[in-house]
This record gives sequence, structure tokens and C-alpha cells, in this order.
Amino acid sequence: MKAIETKDLVKRFEDVEAVKGINLEIEEGELFGLLGPNGAGKTTTISMLCTIVRPTSGSATIYGHDVRKESDTVRGLIGIVFQDPSLDDNLTGRENLDFHGRLYKVPRGEIAGRINDVLELVELSDKADVIVKKYSGGMKRRLEIARGLLHHPKVLFLDEPTLGLDPQTRRHIWEYIGRLNREKQITMILTTHYMDEADQLCDRIAIVDHGKIVAMDTPDNLKHDVGGDVVIMTVPNGGEQLKAKLEQLEVVKSTQLVDSTLRLSVDKGETAIPIFMDVARQEGIAVPSISLHEPTLEDIFIKYTGREIRAQEAAGGFAGHGPGRR
Amino acid sequence: MPNGRIEFMGDIYSIWLREMIRYIRARSRVVTSLITPLLWLIIFGSGFSSSLSFGGSGGSTNYINFLAPGILGMTVLFTSIFSGMSVMFDKEFGFLKEILVAPVSRTSIVLGKALGGTTQASIQALLILALSTLIGVKISGPLGLAGALALILVTMFFTGMGFVGLGISIASRLENIEGFQVVANLLVLPIFFLSGAFFPVTSLPDWMKVLVDLNPLAYSVDAMRYAVTGLHTYSIMLDLAVVFGFFVLMTVLGSVLFRNVR
Repeated sequence: MKAIETKDLVKRFEDVEAVKGINLEIEEGELFGLLGPNGAGKTTTISMLCTIVRPTSGSATIYGHDVRKESDTVRGLIGIVFQDPSLDDNLTGRENLDFHGRLYKVPRGEIAGRINDVLELVELSDKADVIVKKYSGGMKRRLEIARGLLHHPKVLFLDEPTLGLDPQTRRHIWEYIGRLNREKQITMILTTHYMDEADQLCDRIAIVDHGKIVAMDTPDNLKHDVGGDVVIMTVPNGGEQLKAKLEQLEVVKSTQLVDSTLRLSVDKGETAIPIFMDVARQEGIAVPSISLHEPTLEDIFIKYTGREIRAQEAAGGFAGHGPGRR
Repeated sequence: MPNGRIEFMGDIYSIWLREMIRYIRARSRVVTSLITPLLWLIIFGSGFSSSLSFGGSGGSTNYINFLAPGILGMTVLFTSIFSGMSVMFDKEFGFLKEILVAPVSRTSIVLGKALGGTTQASIQALLILALSTLIGVKISGPLGLAGALALILVTMFFTGMGFVGLGISIASRLENIEGFQVVANLLVLPIFFLSGAFFPVTSLPDWMKVLVDLNPLAYSVDAMRYAVTGLHTYSIMLDLAVVFGFFVLMTVLGSVLFRNVR
């Protein structure tokens, strides 16, 4: 049985269609990533799987249980780490976990031991009896992850688990997530708009844009898809002209022009670069810099959406975030 | 299904427990929230006692004894309605999501919150009652001390549950925290002023009498005043019936409205 299965999942808010037909099949033990810019529909998709938001149409099941008709059963099977903080700041870490254990009917005899286990897992044992108000952002996040695991869920949802954290803490949290997935065999779904996060952590990735999955595969296959190498040229003037010329070359597999950055995927970058420079010189187009790198998820994202994920982020597009966001 | 019932009670207890931990942790706030009602009681009570005495069915008393049950009602009103509205803060700070996605029924959340708020309100009011005897308030009603305390506790319990329910209902409908002040001033204060906490309600102008008769807190104060002084406006059975009815109505309303909270 699949851990998660969705068929043509759609969510329409009053005038926006946030999710436009998503089909997923996620295996037990998989660490699956939903990658996309803010407002792409990632959180809405996860919220439907977590029974928080009712799908407009389509179906979704967790271990065969329908999220709409069997929401109580589903809630017992899943753990959630929300995008926004959801701890009680006036309770200690241990009290937050104890409250969670009670709500999820963890047997009273086991609760103390389990709390110690999860606290150890996220290295918060020595802060267990400190009021959460005094925790740092990273500690709060770790406590939320610990809480999500307390009732031994079969599936753990992580919505932007490292949003707003410093690079060191992010790396730390990736370690916890990776280890939990490997050691406890918990199926995990995370949403992120960080390329490196998806690349580092996920077994498989779905790239989501405008409420649809535009590509889905392992990070390596996705990168392989772009193929060979990526050459990036800075072209302040005449980018369109150069792009048109280079596209005619046989070595060039695809091109993308974003502002003054021209990306070309080629089989062999080392041999392509001199050719490109010759063409630029013939056309009289200045190329102040040129670089060669292996394809990253960023290249995949640009290939499928025609935009840079960061540019998208800067332009705003915060649809799908509630007013309670801090 | 007895198993389901045990879980239901357990959920109510869990929600209640969290409210109580938060209450005990906010000790300084507990102390400051005792000061306002005590100031009312000391300043108004002593001030008017020197020149006024009040009579009604059941005898007469000086003003500070008359006022004390009103202050108890005020304490229960404020503590419980704001406790119910704390749902809104849970929403604002994200914690409500943690409760809403848990396998817990909405009704048990509402009842747990209501019991938590009522427990807090009762503790506050009993502290006020104890302190007020130090400044000269005497329990001299016909029920004796034990009877008076029992009647006060029962009245406070249903009044508290009712007003927490009202607070939850309001919080469920409010979009944001800004609405909080409006409700506090336009609803809570009139309920308090029109409860007969300060003055006898027997010979009021008609329009005001109607508002008092529609005010559940008026019956609550009336019952507690009977316990403390023996004075009363309505019959005790009517007082208790209204307070109990208010509790049932508000619990149902709170549960229904809370169901739609996201």
C-alpha cells in the first residue's frame, strides 16, 4: 500500500485555484519534497493531506484512509510540523510535549520515556524544563519536530522546516530529518523553496508551480534531465540576439534568458565555451563573464518554469499564507 | 461507548490542565487582577457605607455588604469572558492549530476551556471574598456560612461556564485581536453596570429594568447577594434556573461557533 496517494487533488478558494489537480504516489519510508516558490500551492496541498483544509475535488489517502471521510483516523497516523510557530510559549518544552501526548492518547505509562527519547533525538534534553519563550528559533523548530514524532506517526509532514533559520541551524535540522527518516523509517513529506534543502534531503522531488506539478523525479534524475553541463553567460546588452544565434548551434540543448543572464545546457562545457565566445565576438556582443557548472535544481526549476525561484520570491506572490503569519 | 467517553473526559482534562498551568505561571497577573476589584470594594464600599444603607426583601444592610457580591460577580464576569476569548490569542500565536489537528472533539476543547476559565474565575472570586471579610464584609445571610459558600460556588460555576462560552463564541467570530477592545468596552462593561452590582434594581426606570432583567449576571449577583446578606430581587430558584440556562445555552453556542474555527 502507498503511504500517500492523491488523485486530481484540487483546492479552490473563493476566487483563486490554489491547487489545480495534483497526483502523487509516495512510498513508505520515502522522503519526498514539494519544491516551489511561495504561493505555488505547497502548503495548501499539505494542509489537505493533514485534514486541515478540505479538498474542493479529487481524492487523497494516507495508508488507504481517505482524508475527508476518515479524518480522525488520518490524524492519528500523521505528525505535522507547521510552517508558522505553533508552540505554547508559556509552557516548558516538556509540558508542550506532555500536552501533545495527552491529545494523541499516548499511553500514560509510556509518555515520560517517549518525551525523553524525542528530546534526546533533537538534543534538547537539557532545555526540557525551560519555558519555550526563552528558546531560540532553532530550538523551537527542533522542539516542534520532536513533538511531531511523539505519537509515533507513520507519516511526518514538514512545512518549510528551516524557513527563517540561520545556515548552521538549517544544516543541523537537515541532519535530524535525514536521520529520523533513515533510522525510524518514517515517511516524510516536506515543502521547501530552498533548492539546497530539497537536493540534500529528498529521495524524490516534485516541482510545484502555480498549483501544478511540473516535474517529479529523484534530484539526480532531474539534474540528468537537464543533462551535461550548464554554461552561464552574463550578457548586459544583446542577450536576445546572442540567444537566437547560439540556439542554432548543434551543441546547445536548451537556452534560458533571465534578465541579463543567459543559461545554456550543453553536453561538454569545456568545448562549448570557446565556440560561444567566438559567436559573441562575431556578433559584437560583450560578455563580461562566463562560467561553467554542473546542473543544479535551480537549473531544473528554470527549465520547467522559465523563472528563477529567487526572482519569484522577491516579486512577492504570498498567496496562500494566512494573516497569522509572523 | 465507554471507551469513547473516557477519552472525551481525558481530552477535557488535558485542555483544562494547560489552562491551569498557564494560570499558575502568570502569578503576577493573578495578583494584579485582584487589585482592581478590591479597590472598587474598599473605596466605593467604604465611601458609600458611611452615608447609605440598603434595604429590600429580607432585611437591610450597609453598602459594603451590598456591594461585595456585585464585586464577586464582576470578578467572575471579567475572568471568565477573557479566558474564553483567549482562544483568539491561541489562534494569533499559532497554538490553536496544534489543538485543532489533534484527534480531539471540538466539544471537549470548548468544555475544557470553559472549566479552566471557570476554575480561574472561582479562585479569583474566592480570594476576593476572603479578602473582603478582612475589610469588614460580613456573611450574614439566612443560609449560614456553609450554605452561603455552597450557593456562591454553584452560582459562580454556572456563571463562569456561561461567560467562558460567550467569550469563546465571540472569539470564534472575531477576525483579529483588534476587535477585542471593542467587545470588552461595548459588551462586558454594560453587562457589569446593568447587573445590579452597584445599586438595587427594584425601582429603576422601565427601560433599564428591562435590560437588567435580560442580563444573566443580574441573577448571578442576586443569588450571591442573597447568600451574603439575605437581600434579593428575584427568587433564588429563578436565579439558579437562569444561570443554569445561560450555561447550557452558551456551551452549545460556543461549541457550534467554535466548530467553524480554522
